Amino acid sequence: MIMELGLYTGIKTVSYLCGALTFIIGLKMMGSPKRARSGNAIAALGMVVSIFATIFFHTNAQGELKPIPVAVYAVLVLALLSGTLVGWITAKKVQMTKMPELVSMFNGMGGACAALISIIELQHLYHSINANPLSLLLFLANGLPYGLIATILAGLIIGSVSFSGSVIAFLKLNGTMAKPIRLPYYNIINTAFLIALIGYAIYFVLNGGTLASAMLLFLGALVYGVLFTIPIGGADMPVVISLLNSFTGLAAAFGGFLYDNKVMLTGGILVGSAGTLLTLVMCKAMNRSLSSVIFGAFGASATTSASTTEKGSTRDLNASDIAVLMNYSKKVVIVPGYGLAVAQAQHTIKELENLLEERGVEVKYAIHPVAGRMPGHMNVLLAESNVSYDKLVEMDDINPEFDQTDVVLVVGANDVVNPAAKTDPTSPIYGMPILEVNRAHHIIVNKRSMNAGYAGIDNLLFYDSKCAMFFGDAKKALTDLITEIKAL
Amino acid sequence: MEHILSWITAHQMMLYFILLSVFVGIEVIGGVPTVLHTPLMSGANAIHGVVIVGAIIVLLNMEEPGLLEYSLGFLAVFLGTLNVVGGFVVTDRMLEMFKKKK
Repeated sequence: MIMELGLYTGIKTVSYLCGALTFIIGLKMMGSPKRARSGNAIAALGMVVSIFATIFFHTNAQGELKPIPVAVYAVLVLALLSGTLVGWITAKKVQMTKMPELVSMFNGMGGACAALISIIELQHLYHSINANPLSLLLFLANGLPYGLIATILAGLIIGSVSFSGSVIAFLKLNGTMAKPIRLPYYNIINTAFLIALIGYAIYFVLNGGTLASAMLLFLGALVYGVLFTIPIGGADMPVVISLLNSFTGLAAAFGGFLYDNKVMLTGGILVGSAGTLLTLVMCKAMNRSLSSVIFGAFGASATTSASTTEKGSTRDLNASDIAVLMNYSKKVVIVPGYGLAVAQAQHTIKELENLLEERGVEVKYAIHPVAGRMPGHMNVLLAESNVSYDKLVEMDDINPEFDQTDVVLVVGANDVVNPAAKTDPTSPIYGMPILEVNRAHHIIVNKRSMNAGYAGIDNLLFYDSKCAMFFGDAKKALTDLITEIKAL
Repeated sequence: MEHILSWITAHQMMLYFILLSVFVGIEVIGGVPTVLHTPLMSGANAIHGVVIVGAIIVLLNMEEPGLLEYSLGFLAVFLGTLNVVGGFVVTDRMLEMFKKKK
């Protein structure tokens, strides 16, 4: 069945086809370090083509260009320009340590965009039904409204949850909302709330409702996004962001369904499914199941376990002792954690690496899959300070090397080196893959204080006889260490 | 029930399309090294910014819009643009660092 829809529709279709193709190819290329940047650029190009095709080939059902009022064009151009400006500047200015927050924020904006589309469509629908009651009959005769309304509502609810959830994730990551907030019986409340929300949405689809009750659904979805995210601890935020990311993808896909727009569908579903897989991969790296991230309270049962173990005492070393130790080592492995990023010490650590290499010490970095705030975050931070890609060794490859390592320097990492994950079945992190630094000859741990890490549990490593503490802010401590080594 | 079935029949091409896209999404990022998880998440974040196409359509479809419609339409396109532009630019910044030190 070939319809004569004319040139404009044809060009638009080809543009969307190209857009969808670039998304798939771009995403595929982002899986390899060498081609990732080109992949991103290709996807961006496809996006621009799709956007321009949407604007310049806006056709009616007959395939003729639809006349657009000047005022609408003005609003569109203004929105595009201001959005580009704000987005560009924010993305360029943000510090690399703040990147996870930013990704979360941009994700929320996408969710809000999807929700707004649904709100406008609903309003339009009610407006046309009020203006012309016959249109409702026409809808009913075609059996359309169920699918249409269900699609609009799905976009509304998923987009809203993604928006409010992302805002909370943003606040949690930037430290405004540091502690997880757990209402009593929050799991039951949240689940009940979700069931009520979906139940009401189904009722709405089947029986119809007013615009006001649609707004109630919108508000309910916003509240659910908040309820869903507030009990989750900061350490699990990457997983939540990844999950909300795939939610927004899903919301975009519903938008594509609504407009029968294949590029939205492709982009949305790709991100929806890829995002879900990424979420599961992240959970696996932390040895957590998705349900334990969402329902489980990390840290709630944590305080009890550590007290039962015999701790012994910790040992302190100062910068000059450590300088000597490192200077005469053959091999040093650095374990960077979020503390390093917070202290902005990624350049200082690179300086230390250079200095030690000059003295003939082999230096490597051990990267835990969840080091930093997101998987791969630490790699980005260290890449920023020009640490060579092949010096960053992933967990499974570095663990066997610790036996031949003279000194391990742990900077601002905690839970990822906690041997309790292997030895203490009562520990909440038991089973999480860790960097087995306790196999090295000496372990130096730089921390600001003896405070527990993100999981809120004590670290057995600190009481190991081979381990010494080196207290202080990462940047200052490392600078002291560099000064001492230079003096040798 | 009849409604649902006829709806499914009417949209079957779309449903097949969704089915296959889901698996393409899973396949395409399979075996990605951990180092690239953050940029990949950020890149995927930019791609779902394609929702902006919907925002543009909804704005261009407006007939006799009032202030409320204009405001909502503006906001939708603005937020969508933030998602797209911010998403791609920040991903590029991350990936730029991986490339630099060769």
